[in-house]
Amino acid sequence: MKSFRYIEGVASITVDRQKCVGCAMCVNVCPHQVIQLHDKKANVVDRDGCMECGACATNCPVEAISLTPGVGCASLIINRCLKKRNINTTGCC
Amino acid sequence: MAEVAASEDNKEFAPGTIIELADLDEPVDDEVCCGGAPAPKSNPFEKPGYKLQPYVRAIIKDKHVDVALVKTELDRSDHWGALSTRLGFNRNDYKVAPGLYGVGKPDADSEVLVTANYKLTFDIVRKELGGLNCWLLVLDTCGINVWCAAGKGTFATSELVERLQTTRLAEKVNHRRLIVPQLGAVGVASHTVRLQSGFRVIYGPVRATDIRAFLQNNLQVTEKMRSVSFTLRERFILIPVEINNFSRKIWWIFPVLFLLSGISTSIFSLEAAWQRGFAISIAVLSGGLLGTVVAPLLLPWIPGRSFSLKGTITGIIFGVIGVQILTMLSILEMFSVILITTAISSYLCMNFTGSTPYTSPSGVEKEMKLAIPLQAIAVLIGAVLWLISPFV
Repeated sequence: MKSFRYIEGVASITVDRQKCVGCAMCVNVCPHQVIQLHDKKANVVDRDGCMECGACATNCPVEAISLTPGVGCASLIINRCLKKRNINTTGCC
Repeated sequence: MAEVAASEDNKEFAPGTIIELADLDEPVDDEVCCGGAPAPKSNPFEKPGYKLQPYVRAIIKDKHVDVALVKTELDRSDHWGALSTRLGFNRNDYKVAPGLYGVGKPDADSEVLVTANYKLTFDIVRKELGGLNCWLLVLDTCGINVWCAAGKGTFATSELVERLQTTRLAEKVNHRRLIVPQLGAVGVASHTVRLQSGFRVIYGPVRATDIRAFLQNNLQVTEKMRSVSFTLRERFILIPVEINNFSRKIWWIFPVLFLLSGISTSIFSLEAAWQRGFAISIAVLSGGLLGTVVAPLLLPWIPGRSFSLKGTITGIIFGVIGVQILTMLSILEMFSVILITTAISSYLCMNFTGSTPYTSPSGVEKEMKLAIPLQAIAVLIGAVLWLISPFV
């Protein structure tokens, strides 16, 4: 997906290299090849390619990856805001 | 009587026997010719209150629960279902029963593929499995595809572990491997599945079209199999639903637009209501089509990273061209039309972020904070200009 790039400098992904055991599960599940193993440790090589889906963090057995996972969907965010203000909405995506 | 006979028929088959449903069809000899030939007699697997689905090819008898073996060719009803779902009809209730299915002649050594119970997903998967022997474990994702269900938490560790228990899969296979589509990884924690069920999760390719190559390649994925794509075709098939969502929300606006457009120096003018109402309705509709069709299709070629910006650029370009065509507009009305078309196009294109496989929630939030106030101001100014233009 090098042909599609979204807004830069916002992705919240970080890897705790101390905790990382180098199992490479994160490398396997990332749909955008954001993570690679360097010296048997996970390394974020394309931060701006990260869509924060959370697959890597979910599948990390030692909780070495932290990010704010979620669905990048404007109508979802709008619906949440409206709900907070007690405005009824129909479903989103 | 018929039910007794059916259950006796059932008893004849030992566990593990595969019964091809086509072999059970008994043509009915019918001499009376009224109304065409009758349907074949019901087979023993048709139960009162249940429907034997047309995609079931055969049944494997089992001590506990029989397993349905599915066809790997899609028929006309599958294609019709897919089409109407793509167009947005019955989209939220297009599902198959969750549980264990089989393909070909699966045995205790066959691989287990895990998928969602959205029928569109189910069909896309089984279509790719012609000639293979495997199990298909369908999770209850409430009729949602794998990736969206994983994001919504229905394609999840707990559902997978529960489904393994209810289907007694461990008794059916000798191995402890599950092939889960990679995009399901958002909802499935492989280490937890192993801990709770003993099964090892192997993440397979993103697309069903790569399953065969993946199985032949000793369950190894290539980088291409692991990457998501968003081709013109993949964007194109999303469009009917985008249009459908938009039109469902917006239809009430048109009578309002015609009414407001009639306000003039003579209090209310029917002629103005018709002419100006027509023009502003075209502007709103164009904004809708630009944001749901044109910008999504041209996505990679429109400059800018944020979707609201892409929608804005599309809106301005086509808005400016549009007002040249609608020749009866005054200068104020022209500005109004461009502003409103652009704001709608920008807003709807921004909402397309939910349909793409690469936008991050942090990014969407960032662009929305800037875009929504601007879109609201543009609509407001556009509306004011439209209302005051007859008086200037």
